[in-house]
Amino acid sequence: MTTPASAALRKTALYDTHRKLGAKMVNFGGWDMPLEYSGILSEHGAVRARAGLFDVSHMGEIEIHGSGALDLVQWITCNDAAKLSPCQAQYSGLMTEGGTFADDLLVHKISATRFLLCVNAANQDGDFEHIVSENRFDAQVENAGSHYSQLAIQGPRAKEILERMTPTSLDAIRYYHFTFGRVSGIDCLIARTGYTGEDGFEIYFGPESSEALWNNLLDAGKSAGLLPCGLGARNTLRIEAGLCLYGHEIDETTTPWEAGLGWICKLEKGPFLGSDALARQRQAGVRRKLIGFEMLDKRIGRDGYPVRIAGREAGRVTSGGPAPSLKKNIGMAYVSSESSAIGTRIEIGIRGQWAPASIVALPFYKRRD
Amino acid sequence: MYPTSYRYTKEHEWIRVEGSIGTIGITDYAQEALGDVVYVELPKLGAKLRAGASFGTIESVKTVSDLFSPASGEVLEINAALADSPEKVNQDPHGSAWLVKVRLADPKEIDGLMDSASYETYVAETTKEKPD
Repeated sequence: MTTPASAALRKTALYDTHRKLGAKMVNFGGWDMPLEYSGILSEHGAVRARAGLFDVSHMGEIEIHGSGALDLVQWITCNDAAKLSPCQAQYSGLMTEGGTFADDLLVHKISATRFLLCVNAANQDGDFEHIVSENRFDAQVENAGSHYSQLAIQGPRAKEILERMTPTSLDAIRYYHFTFGRVSGIDCLIARTGYTGEDGFEIYFGPESSEALWNNLLDAGKSAGLLPCGLGARNTLRIEAGLCLYGHEIDETTTPWEAGLGWICKLEKGPFLGSDALARQRQAGVRRKLIGFEMLDKRIGRDGYPVRIAGREAGRVTSGGPAPSLKKNIGMAYVSSESSAIGTRIEIGIRGQWAPASIVALPFYKRRD
Repeated sequence: MYPTSYRYTKEHEWIRVEGSIGTIGITDYAQEALGDVVYVELPKLGAKLRAGASFGTIESVKTVSDLFSPASGEVLEINAALADSPEKVNQDPHGSAWLVKVRLADPKEIDGLMDSASYETYVAETTKEKPD
């Protein structure tokens, strides 16, 4: 059982609203956040079948602007931001010199000289300092987390619900694109992105409008079965979708090649922070790889549990738990490359016993389009 | 809320005693704190439970929690229905979602446990200690 620890925890603008809704709260990255309202299983099910509304205002925002903005973004991230059109977003990695993850992030290109980075809550201040320390370009960097609230509306009915609230044509926003528009009369950046494996939108706006936008969206979505959702469901949804979480699948010891994120690592774009190390590792080949597994009996492999292959310790579970949509127990783990083939039998150490599991393809869950 | 004929532990288990047989479960407070229960690991028939010691685990989507025995004794029966329907623990924790039945080694052990009024007070205090 998790109990919020101290008054020092940070709160989003919707904290009181969550308490009024009866949310169970949890410390996540130093923020007092809703873990669940009606229950993780019902919230998870709502997002897969209908829609869910998440307060993700804890996420950090960093703005980069000026004539050297693109050069700075290109230097600190591993994906190729030069490929972005205005109003397009990109999943990327904020790199260390060693080619490992300082963070993972979404890069939004607002204009040729303006980028909005969405970073992990717990990393925001460290990311900002890291970016500033690498800024040898004509760019301004602003730690802008307090200027934004962020709501995510996710699920097959998310678009239909959001349409009731905005004159903006949502069909015109393609996946990983965004636009500026009004939702419920409030100026927003509306992005077709998410962290659940479903269609949906992430909406950025000024914190003063948080309660109005949250309540209006919940009201508008009630008849469509929209539920308020907490970080518990956000986690089970992203694990099913095979998405990485910083501090679990990726951190300052892991590289994009190891994490199965080679698709966001563009060595051909030219030198960037960590690119030498990444080029060397690609040449040499990776020693370990992130894999997905499913348990072969009813036991549940969880974060941090040891992994054994052919009787030898092989690593640890990075994230694991029930997959409500699959009626299985699943997880992710790093194992040596030579043992990472799909179908390989592995064992997860659960309270002193070894439970059988099998390596399966990622993602575990893919929506039907 | 909490049956007056049951006795309760600080770890939020209950026990109902009929003669020398004790039936053990977790309380409504415990199921609420756990959230959606997805797996219950119970001891084998014949296992010897010791008062205050762990006799199994209960898992929700988010967490794993030890089960602590309110009394010493030998396991006579386990609730097999929970293997396929662990969600019963959320729905009926004081009734059909009992966990194990034991032959009590010493029925007097029960005297050291809380009655329902004391347990309700204990839960109220536990809840109050959580910061708002």
